Amino acid sequence: MQLTLWTYEGPPHIGAMRVATAMTGLHYVLHAPQGDTYADLLFTMIERRDTRPPVTYTTFRAQDLGRDTAELFKTSVAAAYARFQPQAMIVGASCTAELIQDDPGGLAKALDLPIPVIPLELPAYQKKENWGASETFYRLVRALAGAPAPRTAREPGRRPLCNILGPTALGFRHRDDLIEIRRLLDSLGIDVNVVAPLGASPADLGRLKDADFNVVLYPETARSAAEYLKKNFGQPFTQEVPLGVGATNRFVAEVAALAGVDPEPILDGPGSRLPWYSRSVDSTYLTAKRVFVFGDATHAIGIARMAAGELGFTVVGLGTYGREFAREVRAEAARHGIEALITDDYLDVEAAIRAAAPELVLGTQMERHVAKRLGIPCAVISAPVHVQDFPARYAPQMGFEGANVLFDTLVHPLMMGLEEHLLGMFREDPEFHDGVGPSHLGGNPRAVSAADVPEVLETADPAPATAPILLDEDVVITAAPWAPEAEKELKKIPFFVRGKARSNTEKFARERRLPLITLETLYDAKAHYGR
Amino acid sequence: MNAPVPPPSACGGIDFHQEHGQRAVFCGLTGIVWLHRKIQDAFFLVVGSRTCAHLIQSAAGVMIFAEPRFATAIIDERDLAGIADANEELDRVVTRLIERRPDIKLLFLVGSCPSEVIKLDLSRAAQRLSGRLAPVRVLNYSGSGIETTFTQGEDACLAALVPELPRAPAEAAPSLLIVGALADVVEDQFLRIFAAMGIADVRFLPARRAGAMPAIGRGTRYLLAQPFLAETARALDERGAHRLAAPFPLGAEGTTGWLQAAAEAFGVDDTTFAAATAAGRARAETALAPHREKLGGKRVFFFPDSQLEVPLARFLARELGANLVEVGTPYLHRAHLAAEIEMLPAGTRVTEGQSLDDQMDRCRAARPDLTVCGLGLANPLEAEGLSTKWSIELLFTPVQGYEQAGDLAELFARPLRRRALLEV
Repeated sequence: MQLTLWTYEGPPHIGAMRVATAMTGLHYVLHAPQGDTYADLLFTMIERRDTRPPVTYTTFRAQDLGRDTAELFKTSVAAAYARFQPQAMIVGASCTAELIQDDPGGLAKALDLPIPVIPLELPAYQKKENWGASETFYRLVRALAGAPAPRTAREPGRRPLCNILGPTALGFRHRDDLIEIRRLLDSLGIDVNVVAPLGASPADLGRLKDADFNVVLYPETARSAAEYLKKNFGQPFTQEVPLGVGATNRFVAEVAALAGVDPEPILDGPGSRLPWYSRSVDSTYLTAKRVFVFGDATHAIGIARMAAGELGFTVVGLGTYGREFAREVRAEAARHGIEALITDDYLDVEAAIRAAAPELVLGTQMERHVAKRLGIPCAVISAPVHVQDFPARYAPQMGFEGANVLFDTLVHPLMMGLEEHLLGMFREDPEFHDGVGPSHLGGNPRAVSAADVPEVLETADPAPATAPILLDEDVVITAAPWAPEAEKELKKIPFFVRGKARSNTEKFARERRLPLITLETLYDAKAHYGR
Repeated sequence: MNAPVPPPSACGGIDFHQEHGQRAVFCGLTGIVWLHRKIQDAFFLVVGSRTCAHLIQSAAGVMIFAEPRFATAIIDERDLAGIADANEELDRVVTRLIERRPDIKLLFLVGSCPSEVIKLDLSRAAQRLSGRLAPVRVLNYSGSGIETTFTQGEDACLAALVPELPRAPAEAAPSLLIVGALADVVEDQFLRIFAAMGIADVRFLPARRAGAMPAIGRGTRYLLAQPFLAETARALDERGAHRLAAPFPLGAEGTTGWLQAAAEAFGVDDTTFAAATAAGRARAETALAPHREKLGGKRVFFFPDSQLEVPLARFLARELGANLVEVGTPYLHRAHLAAEIEMLPAGTRVTEGQSLDDQMDRCRAARPDLTVCGLGLANPLEAEGLSTKWSIELLFTPVQGYEQAGDLAELFARPLRRRALLEV
């Protein structure tokens, strides 16, 4: 039994719904009690979809358990077929129905419907959402791709043809990544045969085999299916995920090699602004900013590599909640000289962020809230999705335009952080404290006594609202007191490094068990950390 | 004078239907989202699956980030291997939780679909843990979707509290108990009105703190503030309390009827009652008037959701002049809703239960001006050109009493106003 207040991934049948909802002409009959229908709102509210997911829930109740839930399931399948007339159906159970062991696959088969009915076995007590999406897509491809056949050589003169695999409903920026990648492939002279699951019908899955190779955008959902297609149809698939300029260049080279075309005209994409923005001198302040990255494996790996190589950040933490890809994330962490954090407990992630003391957090919506509590700037770079992750504007993460978007995404929170520091710095100034009105409105003072003017805060680390989570011993040990002249000297240090100077000095004093922080300690620490 | 001939399928004046089929409703776990805000030192631990945790975080939205007083103990494979193991696991999880949250005085173990199906005995677990964790009290109830629909979770929670309530002395003077979670601000408004009526001893269930739950006994007269509290009422009756039949305090008319029931039970004379309620009634009338223009004559369709549908429909029809196309409700409690059913326009179609696709067909065919439905259906119906009001907001917003009558009307008027405003 695992105690959790929040979960990065839903149960595996939510993954199946992400695949079913992405597709057309497919219907999912889910043996599940009524409460499970909450899942509809993920799609209709978070993603603002304009139709209900193509899902029929049996919504069995306690009184049905004593009777015949199997019969209820069969009736639901028959009714769903009659009403929606899908090209194919998937059938399965959610966590509760798994326990009553009605065998949805067998029951549906007994109905002998004139369409393919694909049973899903998604063990709800072992697996999670991304696995469920991957398994569902794999099962669909297996059932609908047709009989295995070797790949035929491309006729001369025909443009190379690929499939794009991985985008789903409720996917993090999948909508826009897809537009960007299609554009990129088109500029290389490569045609797209089928995109799946997003927008594909069951019949389209039968055409997957016509392509020369597969582009896997999201290994979490598409790697199993791509491996199946490789094995049975001889289609190679891409390994590189085009997050960042470097990865996009490698992706272009990889795709070009698979397609037998020239990558040169497309490399360093003409619309790519990141390299120059990163080289321009105003970006100097980004150098070695300490960044903590957490998300699904694909985004965590891609963004960490980009943050280090294309923005000049130092990756001080890297992790994922997707255990299926732990190996890849560990390998990437090793490149940054750190140990990967593989966990689906957000409290562990919060503890790791506190311990790493980063200057920027790149994570999911949960890390955004953790960072807010800790007063650290943050950007969201991965699912689980939130309504904000479906912006009205075009905002891909992949390809050269995606790299432009990511540059802004990663840099803007730091600018905002800088502004907050400025506000903090000037808060003590006589014409800028809370008691005076805005100067452009005449600056008339509000009725506040001098005593109410807040002291300047150097560390943006407000006390947590509820019981704090206790971490390493040394976090709770009280730091040595500051001698007045050392405190005075600290205030002369520019505000944007003052917080760091304070924490470094206190750490230095703590490690040496110094009873008092003097002027000497301050400069000893500066020399120590400046090495 | 001839008695009017009732319509053929009429049943208490309404056109009553029952439906069976696919339902699109939340389970009782959802109630935790507002109950934990109400009882400020209680913690709700769902014993369930990842689906339960995912449901609650999806329904609770942003609340989840503040280290809330609810969590899920997720059953995994190892727990399914043997029940004894699951009990030990539960004890371990609860002990860790209570150590971390010393502010918790009352812990609810909340049963879910999986815990019900594997027959994990949470009442025994609650007893065992209550002994071990004293003075923290541990109670249990089921919020499972195979047994409870949405607001029935609150009913199950309050029903679990009733046997724990202190016994009022036999000779105690009659007291008034208001049953059902209301916003603090609404409780305070009602307290002032009762005080003006001369009823001083008024308590609320649930109380805001675990240690302040009301005593009950034979002198307790109770008013249901919510229409979905069948089990709680049964438990209160068993302890000798008496329910005061009344409409529900939604809208000015419902509020007056509800207060009137208390006034009659406590012998408040008409003049005092009129004086105590006059200001509120007048303010409600002022607040309602502008909405009457917007909602008058509008055709409204309710999908089943919270069991608040019948009182809300009555309010929309009688105080705002709306026409009711269909009033869906997950359950129709005839005794508790007797006064409400009486007030519905004759022939109103009331549907108990649900067959989702059929009901959506009826809704599409009727093209109502406003459809009240759950979050899963709202955007799809909007995309088909129907204006919708998502119903969960009716649970999270203070809507009861005179002072909120205008706010309640505004909740229904806003989607229509918005549609009229938008040029795109």
